[in-house]
Amino acid sequence: MTAATLETRKNRTALLALGGALAMLGLGYAAVPLYELFCQVTGFGGTTQRASESDAALAERLGASAGGKTISIRFDGTTAGDVPWSFRPEQVTDTVSIGQRDMAIYLAKNTSDETITGTATFNVEPEQAGAYFNKIQCFCFTEQVLEPGQEVRMPVLYFVDPKALDDPNMEGVEQITLSYTFHRALESAE
Amino acid sequence: MATTADSFQAHTDDHAHNHADHKPGFFARWFMSTNHKDIGTLYLIFAIIAGIIGGAISGIMRMELAEPGIQYLQWWAEFMGGTPDFDTSLHMWNVFITAHGLIMVFFMVMPAMIGGFGNWFVPLMIGAPDMAFPRMNNVSFWLTVAGFVSLLFSLFVPGGTGPGAGVGWTVYAPLSTTGSQGPAVDFAIFSLHLAGAGSILGATNFITTIFNMRAPGMTLHKMPLFVWSVLVTAFLLLLALPVLAAAITMLITDRNFGTTFFDPAGGGDPVLYQHLFWFFGHPEVYIMILPGFGMISQIVSTFSRKPVFGYLGMAYAMVAIGVVGFVVWAHHMYTVGLDVNTKMYFTAATMVIAVPTGVKIFSWIATMWGGSIEFKSPMVWAIGMIFLFTVGGVTGVYLANGGIDDVVHDTYFVVAHFHYVLSMGAVFSLFAGFYYWFPKMSGRMHSELLSHLHFWGFFIGVNVIFFPQHFLGLQGMPRRYPDYADAYTYWNEISSLGYTIMALSMVLFFVNIVYAFVAGKKAADNPWGEGATTLEWSLSSPPPFHQFETLPVIEDHHTAHDHMSEAKPATA
Repeated sequence: MTAATLETRKNRTALLALGGALAMLGLGYAAVPLYELFCQVTGFGGTTQRASESDAALAERLGASAGGKTISIRFDGTTAGDVPWSFRPEQVTDTVSIGQRDMAIYLAKNTSDETITGTATFNVEPEQAGAYFNKIQCFCFTEQVLEPGQEVRMPVLYFVDPKALDDPNMEGVEQITLSYTFHRALESAE
Repeated sequence: MATTADSFQAHTDDHAHNHADHKPGFFARWFMSTNHKDIGTLYLIFAIIAGIIGGAISGIMRMELAEPGIQYLQWWAEFMGGTPDFDTSLHMWNVFITAHGLIMVFFMVMPAMIGGFGNWFVPLMIGAPDMAFPRMNNVSFWLTVAGFVSLLFSLFVPGGTGPGAGVGWTVYAPLSTTGSQGPAVDFAIFSLHLAGAGSILGATNFITTIFNMRAPGMTLHKMPLFVWSVLVTAFLLLLALPVLAAAITMLITDRNFGTTFFDPAGGGDPVLYQHLFWFFGHPEVYIMILPGFGMISQIVSTFSRKPVFGYLGMAYAMVAIGVVGFVVWAHHMYTVGLDVNTKMYFTAATMVIAVPTGVKIFSWIATMWGGSIEFKSPMVWAIGMIFLFTVGGVTGVYLANGGIDDVVHDTYFVVAHFHYVLSMGAVFSLFAGFYYWFPKMSGRMHSELLSHLHFWGFFIGVNVIFFPQHFLGLQGMPRRYPDYADAYTYWNEISSLGYTIMALSMVLFFVNIVYAFVAGKKAADNPWGEGATTLEWSLSSPPPFHQFETLPVIEDHHTAHDHMSEAKPATA
């Protein structure tokens, strides 16, 4: 072992160590899309699922063959502090057959005198229901623009996946709460 | 091997005339230092100064909490340049808890443990002449200082509701993003960037030193446990801190450049910040305690005059704690809305850590068992640490339960728990290490009497502060508030009384240091007798400015415990 090789070995170790640190920095940033993906796939934290028409048709047949059990859905609507809208569900609770598609209507009115673009965040409680709560159409998929004083009816087309009936974690869940919060879309924040 | 020693020798003869104790002038020595012992000393002085500031802030907090109502915060709001209204006063409370937490974690415990004792004793214990990258070592230190300055500066600039960053040491979004306008939070975050960069460079330095610069014959399995502890800690730093850096950089861009990593309005999620923070934050608590574990192992073995019981078990218990420490983070966030299976996993994984920790506690006891124990000052602090850390460990197992945590989350029970493991576990091991190595570092003996009085005052003080906080927490007193319901008055009064006892004992600590330098006896090379068997005790006290120009050789008959007997005289 000569002094020169010690130098090389030291530099190699240090570069490996700093490389490890850089990799962790990268992973820290990679966590952002990965976390979103994880929530979407697993329904973690009550993240709802998106379904196509054909998924819905399949669920309907499955639900019917499972005996047409029903479940109660509660609707909740709130706005962030800086959104001057009134926003509420037309009907607070509804009872649906599991697998059956259903439509809920939210009423939104811009009570201010400026045009506001809003974007809605959403989840369901209890959280384990997130994986089984499917939306076919939702006003939350796009931004909503309301002129001053404008009032709109916003539909959500959804169904509860009959697979929920096979999940032991869903035992005893008699009601699912679907909640929306409207935030100001960032482009219109200025 | 012999070649190395010879070439070293020849090299030195040419230039420095083999004068190992030649020191540069004052400015060059302390401000441009590349000597691991000098940098260690700088880190220790820095940690003591930061500790005084952080400790004084906790004094303000205990003063305010001594009785219900808001007593002093208006005054502080005005003193710091804010208006003395209600909101600003309460904001000052947030500023104090933030500053106390950040200072104690990043600028007291970490610099003392890793920068101070790590720098001083890792090279000495493995028989290396210095750290692998002495100049980078200097950069690490001054980055830490710059970070501290940035944090102190944040106290005097607007932070939204008043002066200073009032976001807690966790800097949770959205309080730290949309909730705190003004530059204070930016400065506080920047201080974490600086300190974090310093620590990452320091960790790289330790890993490189330990892997490449051990004395001939010093295999990994013959290294002293303190070196093992610093090695594991360095890996934790290297893997955890960049994640914090990523998270707080996202905070900075969310605050200033319109990104929405943690803002739901733009598709972000504030809970993601908590995941990232605690992915760093949990390893961080082991970063703070593992070097302490290492020191306690050296000290218990020295004053029991026995090798550490189960050396390999002790080393790999630290590795296990480090590894498992990365997969338990969500136990800090049981109440964000985790489903029952996630909670179940994090509860179980957290409890698993009690196993290697138990291995360490029982091995220390087994080391003392049948030993010829001497109750010198480092030993009493070490035994105090073992006892109090265990108390904190037991409440930790209790808190690990997701179901129980729903009840006591964010109460004073949690405050009591983490102060038992940190301000008793980590701080007792710091004092143990300080009294153990002070004669080696300074060349002077401290007063055993004053050290023992310091111990008893501190021991009684911190227990009176923190034990009642268990009761307060179980009664439901939430943390992070400057005021409380009258029902909590009794134990809060006692807790504040404990602070006074602790503060008085700290006076003895400083008196002791002054005593040592003014009137202390000269320390022998090895003042602790035959139990002290690691290489630093083979050198003079204080060690020469440059040591081990002839590398010590660890022969086959040397065990992990004993590096001294017939080790080649380590000449200067």
